[in-house]
This record gives sequence, C-alpha cells and structure tokens, in this order.
Amino acid sequence: MNGQPILTLDKISKSFGPVQVIDEVTVSVHPGKVQVLLGENGAGKSTLIKMMAGVYQPDGGRILLDGEPVKFRDTNASEAAGIATIHQELNLVPTMSVAENIMMGRFLKRFGMVDRPALRKQARAALDLIGLDIDLDQPVGELGIARQQLVEIAKALSLDARMLILDEPTAALTRREIAALFSVVHDLRERGVGMVFISHHLDEIAEVGDSVSVLRDGKFVAEVPADTAEPELVRLMVGRDISQQFPRRREYTGPSEPLLHVEGLSIKGLVNNMSFTVHAGEVVGLAGLVGAGRTEVVRAVAGVDPYDSGSVIIRGRRIPRHNIGAGIKAGLGHVPEDRKVQGLVLDASVNENIGYATLASTAKGGLVDFKGQRDKAQDVAGKLRIRMSGLDQTVRSLSGGNQQKAVFGRWIAAGAKVLLLDEPTRGVDVGAKVEIYELINSVTAAGGAVLMVSSELPEVLGMSDRILVMSGGHLSGELAAEDATQDKVMTLAVRDVVRDLEDKS
Amino acid sequence: MTTAVKAEKRQHLDIKKFLANNGALVGLLVLCLALFIATPDFLTAGNMLNIGIQASTIAVLAFGMTFVIVAAGIDLSVGSVAALSAMVSASMFTTAGLNGWVALLGGLLTGAACGAASGMATAYGRLPSFIATLAMLSVARGLTLVISDGRPVRTADQVSFLGSNIGPIPMPIVVLVVAGLVAAFLLNRTVIGRYMYAVGGNTEAARLSGIPVQKVLVIVFALSGLFAGLAGMLLSGRLDSAQPQAAVGYELDAIAAVVIGGASLAGGVGRISGTLVGALVLVVIRNGLNLLNVSSFWQQVVIGLVIALAVGIDVLRRKNTIH
Ligand SMILES: Nc1ncnc2c1ncn2[C@@H]1O[C@H](COP(=O)(O)OP(=O)(O)OP(=O)(O)O)[C@@H](O)[C@H]1O
Ligand SMILES: [Mg+2]
Repeated sequence: MNGQPILTLDKISKSFGPVQVIDEVTVSVHPGKVQVLLGENGAGKSTLIKMMAGVYQPDGGRILLDGEPVKFRDTNASEAAGIATIHQELNLVPTMSVAENIMMGRFLKRFGMVDRPALRKQARAALDLIGLDIDLDQPVGELGIARQQLVEIAKALSLDARMLILDEPTAALTRREIAALFSVVHDLRERGVGMVFISHHLDEIAEVGDSVSVLRDGKFVAEVPADTAEPELVRLMVGRDISQQFPRRREYTGPSEPLLHVEGLSIKGLVNNMSFTVHAGEVVGLAGLVGAGRTEVVRAVAGVDPYDSGSVIIRGRRIPRHNIGAGIKAGLGHVPEDRKVQGLVLDASVNENIGYATLASTAKGGLVDFKGQRDKAQDVAGKLRIRMSGLDQTVRSLSGGNQQKAVFGRWIAAGAKVLLLDEPTRGVDVGAKVEIYELINSVTAAGGAVLMVSSELPEVLGMSDRILVMSGGHLSGELAAEDATQDKVMTLAVRDVVRDLEDKS
Repeated sequence: MTTAVKAEKRQHLDIKKFLANNGALVGLLVLCLALFIATPDFLTAGNMLNIGIQASTIAVLAFGMTFVIVAAGIDLSVGSVAALSAMVSASMFTTAGLNGWVALLGGLLTGAACGAASGMATAYGRLPSFIATLAMLSVARGLTLVISDGRPVRTADQVSFLGSNIGPIPMPIVVLVVAGLVAAFLLNRTVIGRYMYAVGGNTEAARLSGIPVQKVLVIVFALSGLFAGLAGMLLSGRLDSAQPQAAVGYELDAIAAVVIGGASLAGGVGRISGTLVGALVLVVIRNGLNLLNVSSFWQQVVIGLVIALAVGIDVLRRKNTIH
C-alpha cells in the first residue's frame, strides 16, 4: 500500500503472565483505508487493538505514529493522538443518560456548571450521524444492547478522530443499523480517516474493508485484499476448510410432542398476544427488527420478567409466571442476549460459570459435588472447544466468543431440553459458530426443542425449521424454512411497523 | 525469549503472585517480627493467648461479615446484634429463669433472627443492605437497653463457660477455631456458599442461572446475625454478664478485618482465612501499641492508616491483574 500509515504496530508482542497472546505481529493503518482484522475467537484481535488504544502496553516491538515511535501510556494518550476506539465490550455508565454517556469526559462547562443545552446538541449531532432517534435523557441501562452499541458508536464518532478502531461493532446490530453504520464508515473513509475493523461476519469484510490481516493463535498469517473469496478467508483463519456454514440436520425421529407452548402472552406496551409452539426435535427462529419484542418474549418465557396475561407450558407443565427456577426444573435453558451483564460472573472461573445451574441438583446433602461438576465442565468445555488456559481461568479474561460459549455450556451441562437462545452466536467466529450449530443439532436430535432469536438473517434462515416473525410486539407471520427468504422475513418484520405508522397518520 | 529467561520470569511471577494474594499474611508476619524485636513482652505464652482471646470476638463477627461482603452486601448491625443476643440470653436465664442451655440457644437464635430480618428487608423489601442494617443497628441497640433497663444482667453458666478456660486453653480460642472452620466449610463446600459468590459477583447472571437470589440473601444475613449472636455469647461469657453497651462500633472492626483479608466490597471475592488474618492484624497492632505504651488515641490513628494502606494495596493489585 502506498503513502505513510497513520499507525503501525511493528513486530508487536504481548503476554499475559506466562501466556503469549500476540507474537511479533505487524499491522498498519492507512488514511482513508479500512484495515480488517480477522481471526478466530481468542486469536488476539482485541488484544492487538487494545495496544493501539493504550489499554495494554506491548512487551516487545514498536508502535509507530506517523512513522515516529510512540508509547501510549494509557487511553488518554492514544485519544490525544487522534485515535478513537469502540471496544468489543461496552463501556457505558448504565445509570447516566444517553447524552451524558456520549459526552462522557468532555462535559461542556459554562460558569463552572455543565452546559446542558450544548451537551445535548453535540450528543444529538452524534446520534444523527448514525440515524439513531432515541431519547437523549433516557438512562443507557434501559436501552437494549443494540441501542447501547449504537450509543457507543456515536460516542466514538463524536470524538472526530483521524483513526477509528471498531471492535465487532456489528455483533449486536441488525441489518438496518449495520447499513447506517457502514454509510458512516464510507463517509469517514472519504474524509481520510483510517480505520480498523473487526467482525465475524465475513460478508461485511468485502463491503467495508480494503485489506485484511489474518491472525491465528496470536501470530500473523497473511495479509490479503478485502475482496478475497470467503472460503479462502475462512481457510486462512481457521487453518482448514469449512464445508457448510449452516449444517442444520433434523435427525429426531420420535413423536413430535409440543415441548414449549406459549398461549396469549402479553406484556403491556411490549408484547401483544403471542401464541406459538415449539416441538421436540425442532428449531424455531424468532426474527424481527430490534425493538420488535423478541427478547421480551424470551425473557417472559424464561421467567426473568413478569407478563400480564397468557400462559407458558413446558413439557406439559404449566410454569408459574416470573419463576426462573420452575422453568429450569422443567428443562428450560436460557442464553440471554448480553453475556457480560446477564450471563456471566466475570471474575469467577470457567468451571464455576458452567456449573451454576447444576450446583444444587448435583449436590449431596447441600455439599457441592466438586469433582462431578468439574468433570462435566471439562467435558462441556471440550465439546464447545472453549479456548482457555484451564477451567480455572477467570471468564473475564476469555475472548468474547469464548465467553459466549461458556454461557451456552451452562445449559448443555444442565441437560436442558428446551433452549431459549437469544443471539446465541453473537461475537462467535465462523468455526465456533458451526460448533454451536452442531450442538443445536445434537440437542434437537436428542428430542430437545430450540427457540432462537437472532438478528442475523442468514443464521435464522439457515438453522431454523420454522420462522416466526415479530413486528411491533406481535406475531406478524410464520414461514416454513423451505420457502423463507430474507425478503419475505423482512416484509413481515416491517409489516406492522408500517401499519402502525399508517394508523397514526 | 529463551527458556532460562522465561523460567526466571515465571519464578518471579510466582513470588509476586504469592505476595499479592497473601499481602495481609505477609503484613501480619512482618508486624509480629517487628514487635518481637521491639519488646520482649510480645512473644510470651500469656500475651499470645491474650491476643487469641481478643481476636476471638472480632474474628467471629468478621466471619459472619465475610458471607455478607462476598454476597456484595454490608452488615452494620453486628455489634448491636451481638449485644442484643447476649442480653436476651442473659435475661432468659436470670429474669425468666429458663434453663442455661435454652438461654444459650435463645441468644444465638436472636442473632439469626435479627440477621434474617435485615436479609428480608434487603432481598424482598429492596432496601440497600447499608440502610437495612443501619436500621437494625439502631433497633437492636434500643431493644438491648429496653430489655436491660440499662443495667448489666448475669449470664447463664453455659454462656460463662464460653468465656472460661479449659486447662490452659481459653474457650474463646476454641470457639474461634471451630467458628472459622464452620464458616470456611459453608463458604467453600456448600451450594449455598458457592451461590454467595455468584450473587456477589453478578446478581443478574446468578438470577438468570436459576439461583434463588432472594433466599440466598436472607440466609447470608441470617448467618451474619448468628455469628454476631455467638460473638455476643463470647463477650458476655467472659464478663459473666451481658452489658447493654457491649460491642459498640465492633461492626467497623469486622468490616475492616474482612477487607484487610482481601475481600472486595464490590462482592464476589473473599476468604475466611483472609478474614482471620485481617482480624489478627487489627488485634496484634492494638496489642503491640499497648505493649509499647502508645496512647489509645494514637492507636486509632494508626489503625485507620493501616486499613487505608491495606485496602489501597489491594486496589492496586486488582488494577494490575484485571482489566
Ligand atoms: N487480561 C488477560 N489476561 C489473561 N489472558 C487474556 C487477557 N486478555 C486476553 N487474554 C487471552 O488472550 C487471548 C486473545 O484474546 P482476545 O480478546 O484478543 O481475542 P479476540 O481475537 O479478540 O477474540 P474474539 O473474537 O472472541 O473477541 C485469549 O486466549 C484470551 O483468553
Ligand atoms: Mg475480541
């Protein structure tokens, strides 16, 4: 590539304790170019960008800014150099407003007090960039994870940086929001901003990228143009071919009993009279736009939130409202949408996190069955191929995708018969995705039932036997897998939104 | 990196890790060594037993507090609850004329009941534990004064026994050891103990995993109350009487012991062994300063600085290991 790069990591290395995570990797970021980092979960992508952002300091190698060696002592130093970072894990203060979060650390002052009108104006401008229309005064914690991600993006954009790092910004977004984000990326590229982009969605690479650096186990593998064919990218990244991206198989031959039956489920203002059934051996996809009420349905069924009317029946047993334990006893497992906040005890070990749902049921006389729990966790971690230094590693230091597998593993360990999966492969790499899909296959082959919420349409289409589409809080249609297409799903997904608008006008 | 360098680095890391994880223990040993050099009165059998007796009350309170802090709560009421438990027990024996064993049990149950009440206010009433136990602090002290009319009350023989010696060994030290073993067992081995870590580490994730968070909280505070009750028995047993103003401010010592012992007030982290070391640090400092004839006013200054130092080191340590 020609011209002087904004930033170069030159033969960078990084270890955590005895574990070498990055081994002599070189990457450059050029003005007006999007440098994609590609690699499996745990390959070291986030660690690499954290060294660009000043979160970590390298143990070996140099960082060059405009060709000059620099050291980023902390995140302020890298921000001062014009580098803005959107981290994989959200960094928002849940109790503070959208506007305050966007302007965090840069509160405008007038007469020594926070200048609210100016603060709101700048925050609004940042939101407008990505076309996000939300209440500036709402506490961020009340937003869904997709909207939180958008707030985080707006925050980084508002810094007006010359280099922008995006670590899996699209993992929590639906197509519409991704499209809005990409148009911003294109604008920034025109204006000469250099970008680093990380995503496990291979189709996005050709769409926004210029060049791809592939990492495997912390080592540099290759740098290829962004329009390289997907199978080739996969091969570079995983080191082998993946023949089938969505290996859905229906191997269950037993009676197709209804395992999960939901009747007339309503939550005031959010969900309106939802009824559906998931049978043994079946994967049902729940599609819709962000805000359609999919997560609300899943949470109500799992007993996490109360509902106003309706009933939930699992394997013939009526589950009392707002009772998580009863659902689990009946064989329910719930992978929530936000692994960090709802799924994991981050400072506890992988072993403990996998074991929480089975601690009580495997205990003898109130005493933990440590050995049994550990063996099971080892088995599940092996099946899911969780990349860790050992079962005692804290979950916080796992890579994002491996954290997701740990949540999943909890319900595999518990032998759940009815799985509610809310974005089960968010932030999971292609190879591991296939592993999770195979797990879904084995759950259904053994007569289990799966209800899967996903914002990734190809995943919904590829893995579901039946697709329910929600719109504006109610069921707007159902499609059989054979005749479902992206267009058909999207038409149903926006149907009632359009209708609502028509009603109002 | 060559293997030799790596090996050296690893060894270096292991020592660093040990020091980081056992800072309080190292501190305690250094402290003891310094006192041993400074005064011949420190390392005598009599003084060691004395330290053990003094540590027993604080440590038992702090064991109970460890449950609460691991579950990301705080219990400000333990001093008052200890006093109330002792007073109820003594009154059951002296005023109501009940059997001494019944009085002992009654005292312990009083503590557990007070804790359970704070726990329910926290778990079901959604009060922050700080507030719920602040209320209990006042209520329990008030009830102690009401029951006793402000006067000391004689304890049952069974309670006094807990303050006495068997042979050369003071019973409070025996109680301390047994209570520590029970607490460690509960925290490490039982399901409810592991639940405490989960609830303290991430309440929402614990709830979504099917852990009965509210029940866990009630049990946590009930245990803290029970241990406070036991501390009350130790205190009153030593004096053969329950004092209405006993254990005022002890909750702060208990919290300090837990935190010096390496627990995080944010929850999810803490060990009984650490808490024991924390309690010993506090007691040894006081003991040493007494032996060196430092005024009790200055002692408070020193204790305060030690707490700040211990927790400060801990915060630094966390910052370096976790991101
Ligand atoms: N603070 C830390 N302490 C110890 N190990 C760490 C720490 N941070 C990361 N690691 C390890 O470094 C490796 C690389 O992690 P990293 O987060 O960079 O992966 P990644 O490529 O971003 O993966 P993902 O696609 O899942 O986000 C992982 O094996 C992880 O467990
Ligand atoms: Mg990452």
